[in-house]
Amino acid sequence: MAATRTTAVAGQRPGNDLASSLKDAMIAALLVGVLGFFFLALRTEIATGGLEITTRWGLWFSAIAITFGVRLALNLFVFRTSRPITRAFSGRGAAVSARLPGLGKWLGIVLFIFATILPFFIITVFPAQQRQFIDLAILIMTYVMLGWGLNIVVGLAGLLDLGYVAFYAVGAYSFALLSTHFEFIGFWTALPLAGMLAACWGLILGFPVLRLRGDYLAIVTLAFGEIIRIVLLNWYDFTGGPNGIANIPKPTFLGMDFTRGDDGVAAFLGIQYSTIHRFVYLYYIIFLLAIVTNFVTMRLRKLPVGRAWEALREDEIACRSLGINTTNTKLTAFGMGAMFGGLAGSFFATRQGFISPESFTFLESAIILAIVVLGGLGSQIGVVIASVVMIGGIELLRNIGFLSNIFGPDFDPVQYRMLIFGLAMVCIMIWKPRGLVTTRAPSAILKEKKRIGADMVSQGEGH
Amino acid sequence: MSVSASPASPTEARWEKDPILTVEHLTMRFGGLVAIGDLSFNVGRGDITALIGPNGAGKTTVFNCVTGFYKPTEGRIVMRHGPGRQQEAVDAITASGLRYQAANDGSVFLLERMPDFEISKKAKVARTFQNIRLFGGMTVLENLLVAQHNPLMIASGFTIGGILGLPGYYKAQKKAIELAVYWLEHIRLIDRADDPAGDLPYGDQRRLEIARAMCTGPQLLCLDEPAAGLNPRESSELNELLQFIRKEGTSVLLIEHDMGVVMEISDHIVVLDYGVKISDGNADLVKTDPKVIAAYLGVDDDELAVEPEVASLVQEALSDASADIETTAAAKAPAAKKSPKPARSSPAARTARPAKAAAPAGPSRAKPVSSDGDHPGARPAGLKAPRAEGADPLTLIKGIGPVNEKKLNGLGVWHFDQVAAWKKAEISWVASYLAFPGRIEREEWVKQARALAKAGTRKTTSRAGSRK
Repeated sequence: MAATRTTAVAGQRPGNDLASSLKDAMIAALLVGVLGFFFLALRTEIATGGLEITTRWGLWFSAIAITFGVRLALNLFVFRTSRPITRAFSGRGAAVSARLPGLGKWLGIVLFIFATILPFFIITVFPAQQRQFIDLAILIMTYVMLGWGLNIVVGLAGLLDLGYVAFYAVGAYSFALLSTHFEFIGFWTALPLAGMLAACWGLILGFPVLRLRGDYLAIVTLAFGEIIRIVLLNWYDFTGGPNGIANIPKPTFLGMDFTRGDDGVAAFLGIQYSTIHRFVYLYYIIFLLAIVTNFVTMRLRKLPVGRAWEALREDEIACRSLGINTTNTKLTAFGMGAMFGGLAGSFFATRQGFISPESFTFLESAIILAIVVLGGLGSQIGVVIASVVMIGGIELLRNIGFLSNIFGPDFDPVQYRMLIFGLAMVCIMIWKPRGLVTTRAPSAILKEKKRIGADMVSQGEGH
Repeated sequence: MSVSASPASPTEARWEKDPILTVEHLTMRFGGLVAIGDLSFNVGRGDITALIGPNGAGKTTVFNCVTGFYKPTEGRIVMRHGPGRQQEAVDAITASGLRYQAANDGSVFLLERMPDFEISKKAKVARTFQNIRLFGGMTVLENLLVAQHNPLMIASGFTIGGILGLPGYYKAQKKAIELAVYWLEHIRLIDRADDPAGDLPYGDQRRLEIARAMCTGPQLLCLDEPAAGLNPRESSELNELLQFIRKEGTSVLLIEHDMGVVMEISDHIVVLDYGVKISDGNADLVKTDPKVIAAYLGVDDDELAVEPEVASLVQEALSDASADIETTAAAKAPAAKKSPKPARSSPAARTARPAKAAAPAGPSRAKPVSSDGDHPGARPAGLKAPRAEGADPLTLIKGIGPVNEKKLNGLGVWHFDQVAAWKKAEISWVASYLAFPGRIEREEWVKQARALAKAGTRKTTSRAGSRK
């Protein structure tokens, strides 16, 4: 039915669509049949006296059938029709954001209010799973902060940084080492120190990579991230090596711990002690840190340094001709981004109570970068949406019980999260190649605020 | 040696008395290629100075050296904020090794020592680009605010005051927007202030780039082909804009191919060809300069001889050559039938600075060149007279014309194998002697000579024969 409608619309080649779609789907199915024959249909198993071939015709046929069906559906509704059903999805989104410049602002305010009351919302609505959900909210908020931090480097200054997790690690280890070696240093004193140390590392990384562009910049930052991790792993005397650092103190509230005793926060506030209090407190700490990150970034965008970052992303040579010291500008971008990464790192350390180099693998960098790219380079609200989708989405997979009813009790959806993750990225890159939020808000306005379409905005080095 | 002085003007020109920018002996080499060879010129304060020349003459390279995007191989580029030549101050800074000297009554900057961003920030030299380099994803207004980065940076307390929201920054930003509006009104883009710069039509982008450069508050504005791609109406608007900029007190140095623009608005024109200055003066002088006409229009060696000044030189050379024919039998003179070739390969047209060219091409071809101290490198070994079989027709080497053949003969260079034996030192000496920097390498005289010597060609048919 749908096929006849689309052919009628196409007009030019009536009836041709269905036939060619069927043919294409059959070719695809045949290909899967040939390729999958040795992988799916035949299987060798170790048996007594050698290998034994078993056949799995059911699996093979279902693979062929799925390929045929999906390919046919794609052909009919997406590839070979003049009105692909995805058009609305890809086209209208940009139109809406262009037509309603206030949408992002309102969405931001709504999200802010929701984030402010989130712990109480969770406690009242999901009392049974409150700890799990608040933990998830903390995790998402950490990634929002990291995304916002990286957004300065990648989104605004246009410097592709694949080693952002290095600063996260520097922040975490700074706090862990300071607090375990010096008793008088608590979370709140260590936090600015960790931020500063991470910023220093940002500058140290910044210097050698200043002359690099594009792919070379990406590779050097990637290497830097790995160097930090490997140093942490091998400098046993200092960092504890693979054993990591344990017993990192929890953050205190005005010098009080979240304990049951008389000197605890609960007693001080006169409320009944509950273990959830500490999680709510942690949530508000990271929320505060994230909001500070956002506030500073938004302020910086309207300051000359922020404009210079964006100008640097657009055209470095023109920047130099206008008297902008590009060296310093790049260094401030690296330093700022690193500082926020370090702050998030020290929060991570205090939340976990234990850190080891395993937490700072390249995958973390990749996820943070994916959040920034997915959200739309330079877009603050896009980072929030992307973090919720990516981190929240992956965690949600753990809770999908009904899938094991279909695929059997051995099926663990979490194992497939990277697959789903990759698929989601591919889909986004097809339909929203510039990320979820594609427009750029100008930093200064004379009369009327007009958002700038993504096709105008350059993506900087390495994209 | 002040080769920069225009010999045609008896009274000192304005750009000689009060230059804002002085380029002295500027040389830029890229590997073996000499893009600019010993270029000297002045840009007068308050003048519109045009730098013209055929494609590949090295104009943009000069710009890139002046604005710090290239580090010149040799030479000095002086920018002065105060009046006059300030020669003592310039010499003092040059000797001191400093980059610039700031003073209230006039700072002096040695641009070849400064990094590119400081040239804009401190020396107040702004530039535009041949291929427009706007920040396409930023609005027109933002483009003009980025140009005011340095004053705004100070006003924002190097960001710290700005983050804290101190009032000083808001005032500065307001002033910056006022300046931007001032220029937007002048380039008539005020209605498009909030549109992305990449959305503007080409002509508007050109004007916006000029306005952006002006927002840096420059004393000297360098424009690289501002009229490229503009229609006649836009070109005349550009003329008005440049006149306005001059009235604002900014000197202008521009590269331009559009002769309408150049001749109409320029006070002073410097003509380059192959990285060498071939003419320097006001529009009338340059317009009638035979070397400029030759470089632009492309003339045959023969046509060139029509120009009186050059003609006399060629004439002398030819009379010598006919004498050769009588005495040495194998001599040659320029070919009458030679296919027309662009004048840029005609050496007489490009090198003949009267005083220099006349001496070696003088009547007595046997007159040996005595002083070789003026030129770098080693003087090639010469023979007193050609060998028994007679002199080789050096004009067979592409790039050597009759005048330079004379000059070479004057040095005792008669044969291809002599040229083929030249080393670096000899090449640089001869290049300097013939006032041909870079050309010997570029045209591979030595390689050509080696091939000719090997072929043992003595045939004079291709270039021999009398032109009369």
